[in-house]
Amino acid sequence: MAIKESLKGRTQAPFEYEVGREKIREYARAVGEENPVHHDPEAARAAGFSNVVAPPMFCVVYSAGAMGPAVLDPELEINLMMMVHGSQQFEWFEPVVAGDTITTTATLKDLYDKNGMQFYVFESESTNQQGKPVVKGTWTNIVRAG
Amino acid sequence: MAQTPEGLTAQAGAELPPLSVTPDKYVPHRYAGASGDFNPIHIDPEFAKAVGLPGNILHGLYSMAQVARAATAGAGGDPRSLKRLSVQFRGMGRPEVEIRVTGSVREAAGKRAIVDVVAEQEGNRIIRNAEAELELQA
Repeated sequence: MAIKESLKGRTQAPFEYEVGREKIREYARAVGEENPVHHDPEAARAAGFSNVVAPPMFCVVYSAGAMGPAVLDPELEINLMMMVHGSQQFEWFEPVVAGDTITTTATLKDLYDKNGMQFYVFESESTNQQGKPVVKGTWTNIVRAG
Repeated sequence: MAQTPEGLTAQAGAELPPLSVTPDKYVPHRYAGASGDFNPIHIDPEFAKAVGLPGNILHGLYSMAQVARAATAGAGGDPRSLKRLSVQFRGMGRPEVEIRVTGSVREAAGKRAIVDVVAEQEGNRIIRNAEAELELQA
């Protein structure tokens, strides 16, 4: 399948995610983050956060609702069975704490053929309820053959 | 010079304190629930084998979270110290096999350090060319 150059720059509708304290704790337990600032509001406040703070990689949780539709965009016709997650970058700004509302927008930044594979590069930008940036993600998916 | 309690210095060549973790059999299930990624290749060994994998495999973003954890711990543990992390996913991470995350400072300026990191299982690099930008505590 040929790549569709014309879809470059395509942006999905923003996705809003309300950050819950128990979700942060659940995520922190799943990845082994034991720092009390991710579990205990008192410890978080003592460290200067207004509530339990999300581990940096929690960004995948609040970004997922924006990334899903971007990757599953029917016009892209990505063969999911042949897709692998090639590389990933995150850049963090304001910390995310329980009670925040995070809005994420995903854009298809680039798509190209290389070595017989198709590369799809998505960019996500997340901001908090004050409009401050919290994370910027670059997601590269590779589709082998197909 | 910025130095953390663990000893990572903002100096080229300084070693990141290694992190070792062995994800138990059910980690992919807990991570699926926590992240919302229920792709059956991560939680269903039979499905994974049917599509040619040796068994169910770890979520790449779980492994990246271990790299993030090692980098943050190396900077003293404050989650605000991790400014940027980029990784390449290679190979397949497996549950019940020890993951070892190691790294060293490539360059440093003031309190900022760029750290090269790798995550491997039994010598198989599951995350390579990882680069963490850290703000070390004064």
